[in-house]
Amino acid sequence: MEVTQVLLNAQSIDGAVRKNAEDSLKQFQEQNLPVFLVSLSGELANEEKPVETRKLAGLVLKNALDAKEQHRKFELVQRWLSLDGNAKSQIKACLLTTLTSPVSDARSTASQVIAKVAGIELPHKQWPELIGSLLSNVHQLPAQAKQATLETLGYLCEEVSPDVIDQDQVNKILTAVVQGMSSSEGNTDVRLAATRALYNALGFAQANFSNDMERDYIMRVVCEATLSPEVRIRQAAFECLVSISSTYYEKLAPYIQDIFNITAKAVREDEEPVALQAIEFWSSICDEEIDILEEYGGDFTGDSDIPCFYFIKQALPALVPMLLETLLKQEEDQDQDEGAWNIAMAGGTCLGLVARTVGDDIVPLVVPFIEENISKPDWRQREAATYAFGSILEGPSPEKLIPLVNVALTFMLSALTKDPNSHVKDTTAWTLGRIFEFLHGSVVDSPIISQANCQQIITVLLQSMKDTPNVAEKACGALYFLAQGYEEMGPSSPLTPFFQEIVQSLLTVTHREDAGESRLRTAAYETLNEVVRCSTDETAPLVLQLVPVIMMELHNTLEGQKLSSDEREKQSELQGLLCGCLQVIIQKLGASEPTKYVFMQYADQIMGLFLRVFACRSATVHEEAMLAIGALAYSTGADFAKYMPEFYRYLEMGLQNFEEYQVCAVTVGVVGDISRALEEKIVPYCDGIMTQLLKNLSSNQLHRSVKPPIFSCFGDIALAVGEYFEKYLMWAMSALQSAAELSTHIAGDDELVEYTNSLRNGILEAYSGIFQGFKNSPKTQLLIPYAPHILQFLDGIYMEKDMDDVVMKTAIGVLGDLADTLGSHAGSMIQQSVSSKDFLNECLSSEDLMIKESAEWAKLAISRAISV
Amino acid sequence: MAPHDIRRPFKRAAISDQQKRRELSLLRQAQNRRDAQQQARCLASSILSLQSAAPESQPEQSDIELETVPEAEPESEAFSKDLDVRQASKLRGPEVRKWFARQLMLPEWMIDVPDRLAQDWYVFARPAGKRCFVVSSNGTTVSRQRNGSILHHFPSALPAGAKIRDGSGSAQSYCILDCIFHELDQTYYVIDMVCWNGYSLYDCTAEFRFYWLNSKLEESGACNAPSHYHKFRFSAVPVYNCDQSGLHAAYTGVVPYAKDGLLFYNKHALYQTGNTPLALVWKDENCSQYVIDTDGKGEIPSQQQVVLELQDDRKLVTSDDPPVLFGCLDGDIIEKVWF
Repeated sequence: MEVTQVLLNAQSIDGAVRKNAEDSLKQFQEQNLPVFLVSLSGELANEEKPVETRKLAGLVLKNALDAKEQHRKFELVQRWLSLDGNAKSQIKACLLTTLTSPVSDARSTASQVIAKVAGIELPHKQWPELIGSLLSNVHQLPAQAKQATLETLGYLCEEVSPDVIDQDQVNKILTAVVQGMSSSEGNTDVRLAATRALYNALGFAQANFSNDMERDYIMRVVCEATLSPEVRIRQAAFECLVSISSTYYEKLAPYIQDIFNITAKAVREDEEPVALQAIEFWSSICDEEIDILEEYGGDFTGDSDIPCFYFIKQALPALVPMLLETLLKQEEDQDQDEGAWNIAMAGGTCLGLVARTVGDDIVPLVVPFIEENISKPDWRQREAATYAFGSILEGPSPEKLIPLVNVALTFMLSALTKDPNSHVKDTTAWTLGRIFEFLHGSVVDSPIISQANCQQIITVLLQSMKDTPNVAEKACGALYFLAQGYEEMGPSSPLTPFFQEIVQSLLTVTHREDAGESRLRTAAYETLNEVVRCSTDETAPLVLQLVPVIMMELHNTLEGQKLSSDEREKQSELQGLLCGCLQVIIQKLGASEPTKYVFMQYADQIMGLFLRVFACRSATVHEEAMLAIGALAYSTGADFAKYMPEFYRYLEMGLQNFEEYQVCAVTVGVVGDISRALEEKIVPYCDGIMTQLLKNLSSNQLHRSVKPPIFSCFGDIALAVGEYFEKYLMWAMSALQSAAELSTHIAGDDELVEYTNSLRNGILEAYSGIFQGFKNSPKTQLLIPYAPHILQFLDGIYMEKDMDDVVMKTAIGVLGDLADTLGSHAGSMIQQSVSSKDFLNECLSSEDLMIKESAEWAKLAISRAISV
Repeated sequence: MAPHDIRRPFKRAAISDQQKRRELSLLRQAQNRRDAQQQARCLASSILSLQSAAPESQPEQSDIELETVPEAEPESEAFSKDLDVRQASKLRGPEVRKWFARQLMLPEWMIDVPDRLAQDWYVFARPAGKRCFVVSSNGTTVSRQRNGSILHHFPSALPAGAKIRDGSGSAQSYCILDCIFHELDQTYYVIDMVCWNGYSLYDCTAEFRFYWLNSKLEESGACNAPSHYHKFRFSAVPVYNCDQSGLHAAYTGVVPYAKDGLLFYNKHALYQTGNTPLALVWKDENCSQYVIDTDGKGEIPSQQQVVLELQDDRKLVTSDDPPVLFGCLDGDIIEKVWF
């Protein structure tokens, strides 16, 4: 097969030709994979071929090695590993040859493919000679090959994990990279490639950063590179510094003064991409110190993992003025452009992080700047002053901030209505939102909002909702936090007198022609939701009146026909907002009996609307509608049965949605809601649901986070249907058993520990539900054969000593349920288990009341099981 | 190399409302699941402990309970009884109604004057409102009416009544108060204290309970005005010795709440669930607005209606709280009514 021509055709502007070419490539690949891959690598290496086909050949090759989707990626890895050895050697040889090609695109493509192959083979101890042969290139070859080799080393470090490469090779890689970076390297491309390679290799340099001499050397070279005449090198060098600041925070003390000087110069004088990275360095230091201070609460002892060096606190007198200067470098129209990111934004963001890091100390450094600029004729100064104020509202103590806010509030309210500049108004509204978020509500002793200014605040915010979309969106946000601050304030809310007006204004915003800009419509609905969530009984009748209004809005979205794909997307988004709003209303009204009773008159119509929303799509279900239905099922209770015949197919569709795993997870939650609502009336649907759930569990395509809730859902169903669960018992128990075996021991990082605990919790909740469901039924004895394994699981996780409080509570509860349901049948088994002694005693003396309660229960049930 | 994207949302809320809705749904579902499982367990454990509690000696229906204070029950048993109240506060449906109806101490109508009234009894003006059990535990407070329905679920300054960080009060602490919720001033008037800070008062005399109530309630800050961690005010009611001046004060004295009759408590009586002659209630038009029916305009109709309940044993009783026996019907009449 003539690969070149097919590859050329694959890039044709003629769709038919392209399609034909793609088909032949696919066919070739299916018929003879080794030959296919070898010819692609040959094409890439062949200096006589056109550059486009070489590049494309490389890309097709790369795509044959890696995919975004986990499941597919795993398949491709397996396929490569089992490929014929000769073919693999040929391919690798071609790739390495290409690194010395005069054509830069070919070299660069080869670099990426080599890294992919290395990513597969190195963890399997294959291709051991790769790094050696790359390193030998660095010293011998012309500049362009040297550049390609360094690039390859960079990609390689990105692909493989540090434990795969032994320290000796790491040292050699770092030596080659750092040499390539040094100022003695005359070729700019080589130096750039080396700097970028170091960025990826930093994760491998743990040992080297622990050695003072090696670390000094690396740091010196990086700092020198930030002064390179080439802007891309300076940028890449600052990116290295940012990465070092988080990876090697605890090693930075000797360098921090120099780094401050370098970054300050870059922020003030260098080009934007470089300046942004220089600011990012300090933001990243803030991130580190905030984490450390949060973890240890500022209370350091010798055994803290990483001490806080208070770099930010020390740099404060110089750092804050530098950041304040950046605030004056706004771009026109930055508030309209959602993707905008510039020095002023980065500087303000960093200032906010600094405030969170040092607290009160920042206030006296910023206040003079605000006072000086807030009333200046130049909008840039007014905006910068306001932005500075808004940025420091999180971090310092309320005692420090409230006197300032009390003075500023009136000024801000006036600026929001009167300032001639839209940027200033935007930032002012945002700052008001921050004031309400952090300094209003129950956390604060002396309220900043009184009866006197509440009226004014609301009037101004509602007025600003008529301003340009970006200002209106920020005004909605401010109202959101204003409402949130009054949550749980008591039976009477200060917002009550304004409730109707607020709701009306928000609905008006959703109907603005330009509500699609600056996510204004979304913000308006989110605010409406929060206002409803935080409302009190006083306004329940008004919330009830909102029901038919939102229903009508939802109804209107269903009217359009023959929509373009763009319109369809907009329709779906609006439906999502409206379903979300109904969900909040259902939950609010369902929470108290009198309002629930009145609300229920709408249940049939609302459910009808949700079903029509589902019907708008053919392949997937609407997540928001699904969430809302869960809330509805909870409120309706057993009456929900009448909706099941029509709803069931969507439920099934949701459970089958592996790709949008959030939808699947939400649907699993709704199955739980429905089980509790319908109890035994769910039986007719159980076959379908259980089959699908079991299928989901066995799939490796489904995101793993959905699996624990599926187990919990087994428990919900078993509790609802009781002994009818017998039909599924064998399958469910076998799935539970294998998951239990997998989750007894954990080896891995924090994330895996957390996941394993959530899996354990799901499994245990399933056992609880099953035991409780079978209790008092004549079929209890069916569970006896499973008891030994369950007790073994409890003993196993107890002995691992790594369960969290939630698992502990669920686990000891399962012990009680087992004893309660099986009674004397399990008496001796229970007595032999560790759980019934040590674990139970540990739980009985727990500080956690939930654990203690479950343990009391288990003790009672066990004593009965043993005594009978 | 990976470029640094805008990794911090600029001037945007950190969490999306959709994510918030998802998380709230998950929380609700997890809570409902816990409730459902807890219910199954509670039914079992309350049945168990009620069985064991059944043979307990019922105080004699005489007013000479007096000096002989019964020995306190063993600590553990008393504890498990209190625990049941806390667990039962999570029950649902008809079970809960039955359960709670059984747990409150209910007065009988005062139809004659007990002996030693002045020496052995307290009197106080009963607030008009909803009688309920207030249980604080594990950082939250729940009030349950006699029918078991939740009146409020709220944070309070009672021990273990709110999630506050200072960690005062151990995890095991909890309180059970016998209250009347007075709508007008949104206040819980505490008429009796069953359990305080993990310490059971079931087996203490009214004298001690009222003393404890008056000193501890104030101390806890529960009588303070509502705040974020304390949604409703609690208040003790003024209790008098039942001599002439005490009676006069209770009958005519000004209290911050609407009165609904007078309650008389025997000083030596323990907290006994259900109806007891050691607590009595008196109502007349001077001390209760609920003596005589009025129509919508507040006028008294010419005829007063009364709803009577025919019990299985053919007794005819009022639907008062507590019921008053009116008489007994013979079988013939019942059959006539039935068909």
